[in-house]
Amino acid sequence: MSTRTVVTGIGVTAPNGLGTDHWWSATCGGKNGIARITRFDPSAYPAKLAGQVPGFQAEQHLSSRLLPQTDRVTRLSLVAADWALADAGITPADLPDFDMGVMTASSAGGFEFGQGELRNLWARGAGHVSAYQSFAWFYAVNSGQISIRHGMKGPSGVVVSEGAGGLDAIAQARRQIRKGTPLIVTGAVDASICPWGWVGQLATGKLSTSDDPTGAYLPFDRDAAGYVPGEGGAILITEDGEAARARGARVYGEIAGYGATMDPRPGSGREPGLRAAITLALADAALDPAQVDVVFADGAADPAADRTEAEAITAVFGQRAVPVTVPKTMTGRLYSGSGPLDLAAALLAIRDGVIPPTVHIDPCRDYALDLVITAARPATLRTALVLARGAGGFNSAMVVRATH
Amino acid sequence: MAGTAFTLDDLKRTLRQAAGVAEGVDLDGDILDTDFDALGYESLALLEAGSLVEREYGIALDEEAVNDARTPRAFIDAVNTHLTSTTA
Repeated sequence: MSTRTVVTGIGVTAPNGLGTDHWWSATCGGKNGIARITRFDPSAYPAKLAGQVPGFQAEQHLSSRLLPQTDRVTRLSLVAADWALADAGITPADLPDFDMGVMTASSAGGFEFGQGELRNLWARGAGHVSAYQSFAWFYAVNSGQISIRHGMKGPSGVVVSEGAGGLDAIAQARRQIRKGTPLIVTGAVDASICPWGWVGQLATGKLSTSDDPTGAYLPFDRDAAGYVPGEGGAILITEDGEAARARGARVYGEIAGYGATMDPRPGSGREPGLRAAITLALADAALDPAQVDVVFADGAADPAADRTEAEAITAVFGQRAVPVTVPKTMTGRLYSGSGPLDLAAALLAIRDGVIPPTVHIDPCRDYALDLVITAARPATLRTALVLARGAGGFNSAMVVRATH
Repeated sequence: MAGTAFTLDDLKRTLRQAAGVAEGVDLDGDILDTDFDALGYESLALLEAGSLVEREYGIALDEEAVNDARTPRAFIDAVNTHLTSTTA
């Protein structure tokens, strides 16, 4: 039997809660983290809402040595990683350097840092551009800084596949654990709520322009008209199941299956790849559809993409045959951060026997989905499927399972 | 002239502003001959510090001289060499 990969630590920075406990109680309670942007004046932009991580004071957690060289996304990542390691009961200094790696995802890198240095370049001259721009903007910077902070010299890197990236990074962590590295820090945080990041996101044409925090991001609703972006995500500690057991670790669950596909060329008429990603993940986990207890959907809130996802779920599971939820209705879409955050939610849902709700939506009758709306639903859960899609045709599906 | 001399206090102020201070490092200790590595400053931190000095003092430092400076004393000497040659 091949090596099992288990999750032993969770660190969360999310728009509806900073820290795993705050976020999870907020999520089960349906607390909305979407609001008018406060990090800059959004009045000149067509989209004015976002999910912003509340109350994060980087200087409370990180030394002044790190602040001049880090974007907000890296600070959030470092703190989430600290919390995940503490949650797992891991002291990195006690472990061999090469037994620990870092595999995160990123869709934007350190955008706000780059914005500041571009401003310095054009407003004040090249001599005012920070030397740290050389890496502070880069996609791999979160992995790199976590690796440096904790002396982790095992296999490390970054996966860039937009909204699917977070699950793809966890899958890569699982591969490295199977190849023999006992512990990989994984997951993803994205954060680019700054004017430069905002115009890049607006250019996709996929953002909701509603000003109503409870009506702007409505996946699987007949009024779905785009999404609200957010910042944050989750960093997870993944370990070789045997190693985790040997050290007496508390285990949230197992990464039991994974599948990833690319969509066909737009206009080809061929079936989108999401259904195949689900089927691959279930096959990887050696599970029948009937054994899946809950689906954490991607929830694009684009009518065509919602239809694609609803059809993929019903094609595999049958009509209204499995509970489906989109907790990111409370946070906005966090790009690569969403997949790991949903995975963390799935693991805690299994632990607590509760499915967090999809808020604000009135499900469109065209979709034959059993959506968990309005309030959390108690349920006995052993197995959860998490879906994540990324712009450009990325589809990823991951199965987590209780180990007890 | 004394007004343009670059002192240890100037360097500490520059390092704090350009790169911050690592946990467990006391810049106010006896650091004049301590290796920058031991103080938690890598080459990019020194590049950033050199850039700040250039802007503040309106000089162009010899990049190699700053890069080769392994200690605060060597960095201060490299800056003062320029300040002296510029004002002479």
